[in-house]
Amino acid sequence: MSSNYEERERGFDRDDDGDGGRGGRGGQGGGRGGGRRMHRRKICRFCIEKVDLIDFKDVKLLQSYIPERGKILPRRISGACATHQRMLSEAIKRARNIALLPYATD
Amino acid sequence: MATQRTYEVMFIVDAGASEDDITRLNETLQQIITDQGGTVTKQENMGRRQLAYPIGHRTEGHYVLFEVDGSGREIAELERRMRVNDQVVRYITVRVDEDRRRAEKFKAKRARRASKRGGFSGTATRGGGAATGTNASGEGQES
Repeated sequence: MSSNYEERERGFDRDDDGDGGRGGRGGQGGGRGGGRRMHRRKICRFCIEKVDLIDFKDVKLLQSYIPERGKILPRRISGACATHQRMLSEAIKRARNIALLPYATD
Repeated sequence: MATQRTYEVMFIVDAGASEDDITRLNETLQQIITDQGGTVTKQENMGRRQLAYPIGHRTEGHYVLFEVDGSGREIAELERRMRVNDQVVRYITVRVDEDRRRAEKFKAKRARRASKRGGFSGTATRGGGAATGTNASGEGQES
C-alpha cells in the first residue's frame, strides 16, 4: 500500500506526462494516461461514523493518516471528505506541535 | 463578564523532574488560573511519554493536560508564566468551546432527524450521504 502511495506521489511531483497514470481526481477522466487503478469510490470514514470532532490528542487515530514518512495523507488517498480532511489536518498539525506526532521521520 | 470560554492546555514538563515537582508545578499553575478568576475543570496527568522528536535535546517528557474555563486573560497569564518557567518545555492552548458546541448541535440535529423518521435513521442518512458524497465531491472537476 505504501509503495503505491510513493508512486502516486512521484507522479504528482512531475508534470503529468501520462506516466504511471495517477488517475487524476478519480480515474474517471480516462484520458489521463489510463488510470493505473480504478478509483474506488471511497466514502468518508468519518462521515459514516458521524464524527464531529477530531481530537489532536487521539494519537492512535491520527497515526493511521501519517504513513512512514510522517506526511499527512492527501484526501484522494485517505478518502475523507473535505470537512473531515480539514479537521484531520488541523489535528495532526497540533499534535505535531506538541510532539505527539513527528514532523518528519527518516 | 465575558462569556465563559473553554480551553484545553497541554504542556510538557521536563522529564528530569520528580513526581513531587510535577505535582507542585501543577498546583502552582492551577493557582494562577484561579487567582485570575478562572476555573480548572479537569486536570489530567498523562504521564511520561516518548517525544516524537527531541525538544531541547531531550527525548522524553511528562505530559499534563488542563481544561480551563475562563476568559482569555487567564490563559494569557498562564502562558506567560509557563514561558518563564524552565520546567515547562512546550505548551499548546486550544479553544474548544465553539467546536464542542458545534458538535453538540450536529448531534442534536441528527437525533432530532432520527426521531422524526421514526428510528430508521442509520441506513437512510448513510445512503443519502454516500450518494451525494460521490457526486458532489468534485471528482473530475480538476482540469
